[in-house]
Amino acid sequence: MAMTHSKTITQATAITVRFAGDSGDGMQLTGDQFTDTSAVMGNDFATFPDYPAEIRAPAGTLPGVSSFQIQFSEAIVFTPGDIADVLIAMNPAALKVNLHHVKKSGLIIVNESVFTEPNLRKANYKTNPLNDGTLQDYQVMRVPITELTKNALKEHPLKLTEVERCKNFFALGLMFWLYSRDYEYTFQWIKKKFAKRPEIAEANIAAVKAGYSFGDITEAFNVQYQVKKASLQKGTYRKITGNEALAIGLIAGARLANKTLFYGSYPITPASGILHELSSHKHYDVKTFQAEDEIAAIGTAIGASFGGQIAVTGTSGPGVCLKSEALGLAVMAELPLILIDVQRSGPSTGMPTKTEQTDLLQVLYGRNGESPICVLAPQTPADCFDVAVEAIRIAVKYMTPVAILSEGYLANAAEPWKLPEIEKFEKITVVHPQKTEAEFLPYARDPKTLARPWAIPGTPGLEHRIGGLAKADLTGNVSYDPVNNQKMIQLRAEKIQRIAEDIPALEVRGAKSGQLLVLGWGGTYGAIYQAVDDLDKDSSRIGQAHLKYLCPFPRGLEKIVRSYKKVLVPELNSGQLIMLLRAQFPGVVFEGLNKIQGLPFQVDEIRNKIKGLL
Amino acid sequence: MNVDQPAQKPIFTKDDFVSSQEVRWCPGCGDYSILATAQRTLAKYNIPREKHVFISGIGCSSRFPYYMNTYGFHTIHGRAPTIASGLKCVAPDLKVWVITGDGDGLSIGGNHLIHCMRRNIDINILLVNNQIYGLTKGQYSPTSEFGKVTKSSPMGSIDYPINALCIALASESTFVARTTDTDPRHMGMILERAMAHKGTSFVEIYQNCIIFNDKAFGPVTGRDTKEDRMVFLEDGKPLIFGKDRNKAIFIKRLQPVTGDYDPVKTYPDILVHQESGVSSHHAYLLTQMRYPEMPVPFGVFRAIERPTYDALLQNQVDQAVKDRGAGDLKKLIYGGQTWRVE
Ligand code: SF4
Repeated sequence: MAMTHSKTITQATAITVRFAGDSGDGMQLTGDQFTDTSAVMGNDFATFPDYPAEIRAPAGTLPGVSSFQIQFSEAIVFTPGDIADVLIAMNPAALKVNLHHVKKSGLIIVNESVFTEPNLRKANYKTNPLNDGTLQDYQVMRVPITELTKNALKEHPLKLTEVERCKNFFALGLMFWLYSRDYEYTFQWIKKKFAKRPEIAEANIAAVKAGYSFGDITEAFNVQYQVKKASLQKGTYRKITGNEALAIGLIAGARLANKTLFYGSYPITPASGILHELSSHKHYDVKTFQAEDEIAAIGTAIGASFGGQIAVTGTSGPGVCLKSEALGLAVMAELPLILIDVQRSGPSTGMPTKTEQTDLLQVLYGRNGESPICVLAPQTPADCFDVAVEAIRIAVKYMTPVAILSEGYLANAAEPWKLPEIEKFEKITVVHPQKTEAEFLPYARDPKTLARPWAIPGTPGLEHRIGGLAKADLTGNVSYDPVNNQKMIQLRAEKIQRIAEDIPALEVRGAKSGQLLVLGWGGTYGAIYQAVDDLDKDSSRIGQAHLKYLCPFPRGLEKIVRSYKKVLVPELNSGQLIMLLRAQFPGVVFEGLNKIQGLPFQVDEIRNKIKGLL
Repeated sequence: MNVDQPAQKPIFTKDDFVSSQEVRWCPGCGDYSILATAQRTLAKYNIPREKHVFISGIGCSSRFPYYMNTYGFHTIHGRAPTIASGLKCVAPDLKVWVITGDGDGLSIGGNHLIHCMRRNIDINILLVNNQIYGLTKGQYSPTSEFGKVTKSSPMGSIDYPINALCIALASESTFVARTTDTDPRHMGMILERAMAHKGTSFVEIYQNCIIFNDKAFGPVTGRDTKEDRMVFLEDGKPLIFGKDRNKAIFIKRLQPVTGDYDPVKTYPDILVHQESGVSSHHAYLLTQMRYPEMPVPFGVFRAIERPTYDALLQNQVDQAVKDRGAGDLKKLIYGGQTWRVE
């Protein structure tokens, strides 16, 4: 494409852009396109979609605002950016909701066309923020985006409403210009997406071009930015969200075990994306079952596991509450099962589209009786792939339920994923016993893993009954023997603990001992990494460790936490991991950093806390 | 040889299906008759034991799997249909049975029962109805009659009872039948029909809880009364009953009524049974025949063909493989837009 460099070009290292508009304005799509183009241009990036639970709140109102934030950089990025350098506000409500996400003196581009009396009222603005000094600390660029889009598309044979719907592409074009992005990738995407409506494709392309040339021509913009390629590791990459990575990881895990993947699920935000993704991959021997409720979802998965296949049920916190009795059955029956909890803000229905880490204790302990399960937590969107494969490996090897604690933030956030060489993955070996001379004992255990045999219905000679009633050791027959009961409970607990021998030891980045260790889990990884990196460039003063295995804890954790004067535990809850750590490692000084606002940590919040502790 | 039909030369006996576990129901419990009939019925087929799986929830009857020398899973209250559904979806060649009760299936697990039937998953559901909670020692159940005095309803229950077969019909079940623990021969015949049916077979079995609700069905199925108060359904035949087979069911103004019957006469308004009607009106009408106003129907109320969920699910997988090729993991991982970093 012809780039007319008529303006000053400034080099930037990292930029955070926030697209905001009405739910119907296509902001997620605009953000996605900007992200894809940044990926293709070689930047590293992280994204954060932030949208309302209401599918379409009344247009122009505050609850209807949908936003998308991306940080792209020539360096490795770990978070979608604390605060935006640039905000594109497609209406007054978007401006109002997002203003505090923009840094002082940052750039705000507003769609001036819609800053009308009625729209200002819908956004609860008494006076026009463009004129009343509200924005005096920012650079404001008023662009009549709707008008300019209409003008640009005058010749196009579209209805007025269709023309207006192209305005997000005008905004995208303008951002492409501002950050010297190539629009070719988006053009290809538009052509494919609207293959059946070529006139819409043409109009959207024209809108992108119009936005781009507007930036080029208008006097208002006199600087254009460039962000160089990031020096990512050599390899092939794709953009991936946590939910996509979980789905692909589950398929890969089932394939590595040479099994059908069965996914029983009931639609729930923010986990439904996994169900959607899996149901589009049936040719990988994937069977998805949209159940009548959360209990049926896990019930069908338990049935599929009894049948000898890889069984998964996915949900969010409220769904885990409903599944807990059945999860206890899987513990008692000692069947492999994957439970995915994409955590969201609670309690109760809470804020369904917002993120939290508040289900750790629920997943660890939220069942009747003592019923330990293995718990894993992915730390980035791409890490969800590895965690899914690992969960399947552990579940079938130890004959146990394994929970994956993802987060709303990871589920929808995207980052570049360096594609793994799947040929090099170890196969997951599953042995189903066959009849031998010896009596078959359904609760005999592997001496090393303590796993019981996974004998599946249909196998001649191994007919047996399992169930939720207390089991006699070895035979698995119903038993009310008090001593046996204690033994079985201890055996199941011991089995989970033995997984620790089979997982990587915990690694520490930076200082191996000294003043401060920052110990986190799950999706806070990026923000913690960045904060520690910012404050300790030479990695001499602070240690960072991140728990991917929450039950059992990895080997070496005790030695590590005892090597520092203080251990900071940032969590998006009121202190759940820290409670476990304090109980297990008395004498260590643990300090919490807790946030329960439905939002991920900002790097700055962690940085400030660390500074206070040093 | 079709193993789905009773074998001409059976290779199994009832004892082959008896497990080593001591049966722990109260002496005289109707469940004994159901267990023995199930074991006898399975022995008629040359289907090996390992192909049968009995899945139950919680309640007296849910102990059933422990006593069958087959695969079994005694699960949690009300959820047996979900576990059975998941199993059948991944192992379509197994014969999957659900044993449930009026509390397990119609109260705590009502939702699963409904959805299992509408999906038409190819399993057999035996709902053992004794109109009481036995295992928890005698509270009224969803099928207990209105006004029933129990430990939890000393002044009489104020819950109107639910009719299991109406639930099955409303859930679009493709096979709906009723039998009773007092008639093992009839029960055996119904179990055979249920096994032969492709899709969810729903069988309500009247069962006597001798301890907490003795003779609940006595007025209907009792030795002295059954001839006049039970009417057996036969496809394509009029509903005739009575010791002397001289009474029949007629339709008057869309209502079933009883009347005298003489085999040499013809009756334009006599009710002729039809198992396979397109709509379930006929079957529904039969469910409304209740004691004491009417004799109570037993037999197959409805049997129609509809594709099963498990087969449709497998078809979609097969179709996807045909259309897109057996999934290649590398392609999946490299799916979407990729880019190289050198
Ligand atoms: S309580 Fe009733 S249903 Fe239960 S075993 Fe005893 S007789 Fe049978």
